[in-house]
Amino acid sequence: MRFYEYESRAIVARAGIPVTEHGFATTSQRAREIAQEIGGPLVIKSQVLTGGRMKAGGVQFADTPEEAQAKAEQVLALEIGGHRPRGVLVDSRAQVAHEYYAGVVWDGIAKRPVMLFSDMGGIDIEEVAESHPEHVVRAHFSTRTPFDDWQARQLIASLGISGGALTRLTPILARLARLFLDYDMTLAEINPLGELTDGRFVALDAHMEMENEARPRQRALLAELGVGEEETRQAREATEFELAGERVDTSDHRGVAGNVTEFDGNLGLVIGAGGGSLTLFDAVRAHGGQPANYCEIGGNPSVKKTCELAKLVLSKPGVERIAVMMSIVSNTRVDIVARGVIKACLELGFDPAQKIAIFRIPGAWEEEGFKILRRYGVEYADRSVSLHEAARRAVQKIQGAADGHSAPTHDAASAADQAPATTASAG
Amino acid sequence: MSILIDAQTTFIVQGITGREAVNLTRECLEYGQGARIVAGVTPGRRGREVHGVPVFDCVAQAVEHHGAPIDGSVVTVPPAFTKDAVLEALYNGIKLVVIVTERIPRRDVAEMVEVADQLGARIIGPNCLGIIVPDVIKMGGIGGPARDAAKSYTPGPIGVISRSGGMTTEMSSTLTAAGLGQSTAVSIGGDAIIGSTYAELMPLFEADEQTRGIVIYTEPGGRMEAELARYVTENASRLPIVAFMAGRFMDEMPGMSFGHAGTIVEGKADTAAEKIARLTEAGITVAEEISQIPALIAERIGASL
Repeated sequence: MRFYEYESRAIVARAGIPVTEHGFATTSQRAREIAQEIGGPLVIKSQVLTGGRMKAGGVQFADTPEEAQAKAEQVLALEIGGHRPRGVLVDSRAQVAHEYYAGVVWDGIAKRPVMLFSDMGGIDIEEVAESHPEHVVRAHFSTRTPFDDWQARQLIASLGISGGALTRLTPILARLARLFLDYDMTLAEINPLGELTDGRFVALDAHMEMENEARPRQRALLAELGVGEEETRQAREATEFELAGERVDTSDHRGVAGNVTEFDGNLGLVIGAGGGSLTLFDAVRAHGGQPANYCEIGGNPSVKKTCELAKLVLSKPGVERIAVMMSIVSNTRVDIVARGVIKACLELGFDPAQKIAIFRIPGAWEEEGFKILRRYGVEYADRSVSLHEAARRAVQKIQGAADGHSAPTHDAASAADQAPATTASAG
Repeated sequence: MSILIDAQTTFIVQGITGREAVNLTRECLEYGQGARIVAGVTPGRRGREVHGVPVFDCVAQAVEHHGAPIDGSVVTVPPAFTKDAVLEALYNGIKLVVIVTERIPRRDVAEMVEVADQLGARIIGPNCLGIIVPDVIKMGGIGGPARDAAKSYTPGPIGVISRSGGMTTEMSSTLTAAGLGQSTAVSIGGDAIIGSTYAELMPLFEADEQTRGIVIYTEPGGRMEAELARYVTENASRLPIVAFMAGRFMDEMPGMSFGHAGTIVEGKADTAAEKIARLTEAGITVAEEISQIPALIAERIGASL
């Protein structure tokens, strides 16, 4: 999860890293008050989770409290990257002599955190690493032994930095490393880390991201910052559909019906597991299908959870049919998923044989599952039909319906159009 | 023969009294030649039995009961306690830990990996379904109940490595149906930091005479595919590799999170397209569909289907 700049500032300040005098305001009136308290030249910064604030006009200068109020009014109304700001940061404009970069991220190959440091701060570190690699140094560190100051000092010194700069930068980097581990961050970046004309070092901007899995054990920090438990801080706001999907998942602890994501097609997807979902989504698109959604069924969801998920997808405007497909399952029960999706159709007044374009879940309890599907006339496929082929059939079914094949009636001609009740062999 | 485990491997199940663990214990006991599960550990539950396996309060008691070092552990303990359980196993001499648990913060995973390295032990996972040597032994829930696992897996020359548990079985089943069995299949886990990557398992497969080719499942996110490409290029591996990559649609949706925790698209270098290019450059064949995999790997190992 991402933090707003004002929260990231609070986090680094808490860890003992100097920051400029600042305040957070949600109204222009409050911005003026803060400006009065701080005094001097100021920066008004939009508090959004997206980047590109500067370019979008979300960073403004002000020299008086009145100006601060006016600029704050402007910035508060400015949408950046589709987001309205939560507020503004009223920041003391520092006299900067030089800008550095300090950041910590995870290295998935070394399987350790890595600290990055550069004497070319204020710009994108990836650019610096590419065009001026000799200005970026890095060092991995242990998660088992406490981070010692000398590790930071050695890294900084390797760039040729000495004197007061070295001794003042050392504790800042050391504290950044410790807070990265203490608060389960996936990214902890101070850019720019400013050297002021009076020799002090301060974090002029801070960007922190915490691992979602760690939120349950970081409640104290999150509460202190005022981050609500329901706030997901994702790249974009969840849609109603997606929120409903989350509710289905959390309402029942049995199994997983996760990552429900909205798209706008006509083929609803009740798919899993994680890898299977990705593969199936690719396959549906490769065959020209238009998914209405993405999701990941996993673990051993109950009939109820499966039913609720299927109902949600079936009820989505524009959904004509659903395809129920998974990679071979080990601990998900095929019969339970079959019951769940059939129940969903019935509860919504649909004929499962019509609404379910295809059911392709081989694996545990498949014989029992196939029996249920046969009873309701649902077209199903076993493991001899690949994920790709199952997706193709689903897409073809829905496109066939779009081409004007009539809904099944009792006459002989259209009965032949119906998929056979038992499709157990390879296509 | 196989990598990591064989018919002689002894292991414990940590968190054995949990629902998932009870199931996988039975599955492992019933599969192949029958796993040698010598004990289970759930703190506070000493004296119980799970499918005939005695339960202890701690790993040290299990080792004492067994009367000899224990080779491995399957860990299903909830995420808040997994690190503690794994460290306990490692410090009690266990050299192979399969972590099934998901949602473990990566700081904890990094700690476990660091200790495993220090002690010369290996971690598979977390967030994985384990390891299987077809018709011999399985360690974890991979393949499900014994008779289902027997449908999907059969002995043969292909080593399978997958970041997705379900896809390990899907790909293996496809290979089995084509008459290409598996030497060992490993579900390595879907998280951003895992105990053993593709590149790290390659030397093990290379040392296994039975293995003649490798099939991998991969997704966008992370640099493990680049690591594998580099390994193959630098080490002139004798084993041809066929890869399947899912999640290509994510190239068009940056910043969104799908699939496993490790699958977050950020930046050009991590897109599916870039990864596929990198793999292909290293001589790794990339399959468009899973059904193509058997023919592709058969050709590369010089087998006929």
